[in-house]
Amino acid sequence: MTSRTDAIIIGAGHNGLVCATYLARAGLNVVCIEARDSAGGMSAPRTIADDYHFPGLAQASYPVSSAIRTDLKLDRFGYTPGRAVQTIALDSAGRNLSIGAESISGDSVPDADAAAYPVFRRQYLEFAKALRPLFDNKPPRLKDMPFADKATLLKLGWNIRMGLGKEAMYELLRIAAINIYDVLNDTFEDDRLKGAIAADAIMGSAMGPRTPGTVLTWLQRIEGELNGPLSLQSGGRTQLVHALTQSAEDAGVRIRLAARVEKILVDNGKAFGVRLTGGEMLKARTVVSNADPRLTLGSLVGPRLLDTMFANRVAQIRGPGVVAKLNLALAGKPEFNGLADDLSGERLLIAPSMKYVERAYNFSKYGEYSDQPVLDIAMPSMHNSGLAPDGHHVMSVNVAYVPYELAGGWDEQKTALAYKVISQLGTYSPNLKSLIVDHEFLTPQDIEDQFGAVQGHWHHGELSIHQSFMMRPLHGAAQYDTPVERLFLCGAGCHPGGGLTGLPGRNAARRILALGGVK
Amino acid sequence: MIFEHTHFRQALQLSPFHERIAALSKTENWTSWNTYKVPRVLDKLSTEYFAIRSGTAVMDLTPMEKYRISGGDAQEYLDRLVARDISNLRPGRVTYIVWCNDDGKLIDDGTLFQLGDNDYRICAQHHQLDWLLMSAAGFDVQVELETDNVAALAVQGPTSYSVLSEAGIAGLEHLKPFGIHDLHCGDIPVTVSRTGFTGDLGYEVWMQPSDALAVWDAIFAVQGRYDVHAMGLDALEMVRIEAGFIMPGFDFNTAESTVRDGYDRSPYEVGLGWVVNLDKGHFTGRKALQLEKTQPGKRRLTKIVVDGNKPVGEAFIYNGKNGKQVGEIRCTTWSPILKANLALADIDLVNGKLPSDLWARFDYQRELKWRTAWAACRAQAKPFYNPEHRSATPPARF
Repeated sequence: MTSRTDAIIIGAGHNGLVCATYLARAGLNVVCIEARDSAGGMSAPRTIADDYHFPGLAQASYPVSSAIRTDLKLDRFGYTPGRAVQTIALDSAGRNLSIGAESISGDSVPDADAAAYPVFRRQYLEFAKALRPLFDNKPPRLKDMPFADKATLLKLGWNIRMGLGKEAMYELLRIAAINIYDVLNDTFEDDRLKGAIAADAIMGSAMGPRTPGTVLTWLQRIEGELNGPLSLQSGGRTQLVHALTQSAEDAGVRIRLAARVEKILVDNGKAFGVRLTGGEMLKARTVVSNADPRLTLGSLVGPRLLDTMFANRVAQIRGPGVVAKLNLALAGKPEFNGLADDLSGERLLIAPSMKYVERAYNFSKYGEYSDQPVLDIAMPSMHNSGLAPDGHHVMSVNVAYVPYELAGGWDEQKTALAYKVISQLGTYSPNLKSLIVDHEFLTPQDIEDQFGAVQGHWHHGELSIHQSFMMRPLHGAAQYDTPVERLFLCGAGCHPGGGLTGLPGRNAARRILALGGVK
Repeated sequence: MIFEHTHFRQALQLSPFHERIAALSKTENWTSWNTYKVPRVLDKLSTEYFAIRSGTAVMDLTPMEKYRISGGDAQEYLDRLVARDISNLRPGRVTYIVWCNDDGKLIDDGTLFQLGDNDYRICAQHHQLDWLLMSAAGFDVQVELETDNVAALAVQGPTSYSVLSEAGIAGLEHLKPFGIHDLHCGDIPVTVSRTGFTGDLGYEVWMQPSDALAVWDAIFAVQGRYDVHAMGLDALEMVRIEAGFIMPGFDFNTAESTVRDGYDRSPYEVGLGWVVNLDKGHFTGRKALQLEKTQPGKRRLTKIVVDGNKPVGEAFIYNGKNGKQVGEIRCTTWSPILKANLALADIDLVNGKLPSDLWARFDYQRELKWRTAWAACRAQAKPFYNPEHRSATPPARF
């Protein structure tokens, strides 16, 4: 290296780019090292059969916060959140249910549910808003609490007590740690509606609707809605990672692609650089890892340089990936039973009831998969016709629950599972099968191999209560700094967790700058 | 193969030496050590004490927790485990070690025997299997609990060299303190280390459990010519305090069994800073200990001599007579050989320094009547009792 590097960021996923850009804008000399040959991590574009382009593994997202948009000038670099989409809970007989931000509509919607839905939504968005100070800041230390952490807790307490009011506060405290199954059964009658909300609560986690803590995962998800409506990733220049990459480069971040970090170099308890596959060593004052904490601490640093209890906690981080990805190249537009033509660009869900979701989850607990998986479907080509040849389409499907370790191994069963998923899709869209030009199926194992997310877990570790807030990713590294001096974490494994929010990256950058350990 | 699980029928295990020890026990004063049945006193405490200090005392060491550490990364593993720099340890040598948790608080102390290349034994006060296994992640190392598979005797006292030689163990003359030799007792293979917990000349003899009685008998066969006594834990408690040796779990709380914040202790706080090498590379607790080293010490387990001859027992320590309470006595004994009240006391430091005017305030009984007394205390750094004959090689022949 010719010039002095202040910070090396491992991984040019969106959180890595956010963190890198914040640091570069603060005047640091930043290099971002990415193992893949494009930036963007799980939201980097992918292509199959030459002409069919997919925006990435991420399908649907909320806009990033206005703070990040402003700080990183993302709008100037082309960032435009996509058009708002509804979620359509598909029904095999075509009795589909449209779920919007304010209302639900469709065949035989119970009146009680139609009335309860907007009330329920408003209340949960209020809850999410009350929790905002917690998401926007580093999680407070409980022991020897510095002033900034006290301020976070004060704001949180104020929001919960005064912002929500007494009744709502009681309700939040009642539901915060329980399961979404009970809450939805208390609130709604319609199985399609309950199945769809439950699917949102569990997607990406090894949890079923009856798992305690699934109200919290849902709150964490809809927290993004405070920034704007849900939209589909559709690739191109308006996409978040594209703008982030531009913003990073504009800020002076050097992004080095196709360079895999093999080891974080540590001397006398201090990180001082990285070693790449091939042996090249890069030195920096600070190393920031956007990789899964289990990978960062468990392998790139390694247990030998960590204390026994901490290394043991790293090894115990829970995060089995349970979502596979099916990308389909289609020779035409698939028709779904009962779905109006103009709605196929919406987000489509196959999760017809909470029992269906829970049953699908059961299989994954034992290393098996269900013949009736939970499917989250998007057709990005409905939003960006450039993704596929004229008249052709691309369809992207999140398949829950697919175990990371399949009983009997993946080699022979991967294609079989892909066909099962296609066959299940066929129940809802009879013409789909005949349109398939090519497909790509990524098991959690593949996602681990390609993206370094340990066990293929979307969020680099389960968003369970015992791994949230001041315990995320683990006690001893919950404020983005780690026991290894000058080594920081900035990825989804950190507070506040996964999703295309950029918040872990932003919080980490602020923490690094506050500690002043980079100059 | 059918395993006969009968251990649950007995509250306490019997060591391979038990038959002989039971025959010598006149008091039937038993206690438990690591689930083994062991004597506190066999006959008279004074006889056992003076056997250690002026003859030879034999104690069953089998209950001591023993772990075999082997594998290609054994040394790296131990380096990360213990606070001491063990890079100079060689096969045939023993060293004293401590290990800490992440917070730099003591989990236990013990002795590390290097038996061969990549082959070690750790002897510990407390059960450590879970900690040793947890620490093994990322290392090519095998950790095996071998407490029940290795029988051991401590043979301690000024005449112990002569006793063991007469008992048929040849080749002890070259064995230096903290050395290990593979030898024979008659035709029984034994491993002898020049180690012990008495502060006197002494050896530890390691053997197969099946050879235990034969080795015992060989040692006790010299009894007519030498003063050889079996000893119990009570005599050991006296001599180990004289030698200034500390007992984890008794003189301080071990980290993994401490509930209250601040009730555990770091090596510096118990006077074991000399087995901490902060510059040797990473080990568990290093970062915490580095930080602790930059700050004035908070407290120190201190060797004190308490004036007078009244039994001190449990007592508070004060800075000045009627002054501020600054500490507590953790263990104490009357030393017959030094004619002094000895104690180890946990004392708060003031600005990193030991208060200069230490007093013990204690209660004692005179013909059942309780009285209160004050006694001045003198702190000292060196062991109370450390005779020259302890380290002479070859030791004096009797």
